[in-house]
Amino acid sequence: MVDGLTVTYGGKPALEDVSYTAPPGGLVAVVGPNGAGKSTFIKAVMGQVSATAGEIALFGKSARSNRSVVGYVPQRTSVDWDFPVSALDVVTMGLYRRIGWLWPVRAKHRRQAFGYLDRMGLADYADRQIGQLSGGQQQRVFLARALAQDADLYLMDEPLAGVDAKTERTIIGVLQDLKDEGRSVFVVHHDLRTVPEYFDHLMLLNTRLVAAGPMSETFTVANLQQTYGGHMAVLPGGATAVVD
Amino acid sequence: MTLDPALFLTVDFPAWAVASLSSAVCALLGNFLVLRRQAMMGDAVTHVVLPGIVVGFLIADAHSAVHMTLGALVATVLAVGLIEALRRFGRLEEGAAMGTVFTVMFAFGIVLIEQTGNANSHISPDHALFGNLEATVWVGPTAWGDLLSADMWALLPPEFATLLWVVPLTGGAVLLFYKELKLATFDPLLSRSLGFAPGALGLGFMVFVAIAAVASFEAVGSILVVAMFICPAATARLLTDRLAVQLWLSVAIAVLAATLGYVLAASAPVWAGTPGALSAAGMIAVAAGGLELAAILFAPRYGLLARRRRAAIARAAAGVSS
Repeated sequence: MVDGLTVTYGGKPALEDVSYTAPPGGLVAVVGPNGAGKSTFIKAVMGQVSATAGEIALFGKSARSNRSVVGYVPQRTSVDWDFPVSALDVVTMGLYRRIGWLWPVRAKHRRQAFGYLDRMGLADYADRQIGQLSGGQQQRVFLARALAQDADLYLMDEPLAGVDAKTERTIIGVLQDLKDEGRSVFVVHHDLRTVPEYFDHLMLLNTRLVAAGPMSETFTVANLQQTYGGHMAVLPGGATAVVD
Repeated sequence: MTLDPALFLTVDFPAWAVASLSSAVCALLGNFLVLRRQAMMGDAVTHVVLPGIVVGFLIADAHSAVHMTLGALVATVLAVGLIEALRRFGRLEEGAAMGTVFTVMFAFGIVLIEQTGNANSHISPDHALFGNLEATVWVGPTAWGDLLSADMWALLPPEFATLLWVVPLTGGAVLLFYKELKLATFDPLLSRSLGFAPGALGLGFMVFVAIAAVASFEAVGSILVVAMFICPAATARLLTDRLAVQLWLSVAIAVLAATLGYVLAASAPVWAGTPGALSAAGMIAVAAGGLELAAILFAPRYGLLARRRRAAIARAAAGVSS
């Protein structure tokens, strides 16, 4: 739940007075034009940027004390792909909290991590350095790590950006599984065509929260136009297109 | 040619051991500096410790390792704070903030040395840069049997004795916090959300960088310290895709560079006919740079030659199939 969240960078608001209470166990698409504050929203909930005003609570507790319930998939550009770690190493990091301070990673943790990689169809790539995987494989590695975190709330910044069809199907399957297990998932998503198909709740952001709620009520031409402003055209037959 | 145990144990062994130990400890920490894209931070710390060391020296009014180390740690924490403050309030990017802080603090250290300590200390601006490896002598042992005598070990040169606790302490800390360091370096955001305090870990890490810099600095000088923070780690990265392997390799490369450089410096007057001995610290830095160059060219996977060969094979394959 966020209440009145405002984040400013150098005097300019990136997010202004955003309030939203997520449904328990649901897939929420976070949608808006470039610079609308979608990544800022994710970062604020993660605690990576601090709120100028407003409150963030996770499952009834202040976010600061309760951040370990959050699993996240980083934006591709924020990862150092040259780092000397293998796919298996990255997934194992999702288990670090359960391993605890100072305890070394043991064989049973590697087996567990391998299980998550396998679920993503990456069993053959466990030892590959992450920079030597394809874009879709890289995305699945980070999703496997998020699963390994066994979190109640997931935040994913454009996990479907630029991935192949196989990866997209795998990721959507995983999102469904997470929802069926009663977890909440926030996904920053760009492709308006697939929004209603993949998700059941929608947050429309353009610095301010334009609209939020169940997909059927929120995914309307009026709301989308208000979100994208002049950058959206309604095509004949009711289809919409975003013009960047 | 026979090895004269007295000469070897008094002159060559302590100088080589001090060079190897300081190279090894700087190289180990350097891995994380390079991976965090903070290689310049190693450079900065190496410079900012100077005023701290001098102030520690002045307060103790004597050559006290404890005072000098404490002074250096205070200077490092101060510098890290100043860099952060400049970044936030001065609106400078990190490199510029570091450049400002470390040059000013280093210059202040030089002024302090010249105004106060020069006459009665052996800290001099020259030594701050090139160290004083040649003066690291172990006055005592004259035969191999002396190595077994505890009395002789009590006579170790102070920089050697300091490194004998700094190296295991640093190595132990890196082993103990390996998992946490790896996570904080690779993904600070995940590290924080999992409760592994990357900020505190980072500051603790910088304290170790400062300790390593101070322990090494006096004997080998700031130039070699900076070289060892960067070259062996960068070399090792070209040879492996495993962080743990990279750490061990970087230490081995550092010791190899120290050995090569020391031998070259000691023997250069003989084969090159130069009038005086070369700076051992300087030659070691050159050796570290040479090893890195060799890795850039010849590394099995990431070397220029290997990449060229792969590109040629790919071109040939494309030619066959088209």
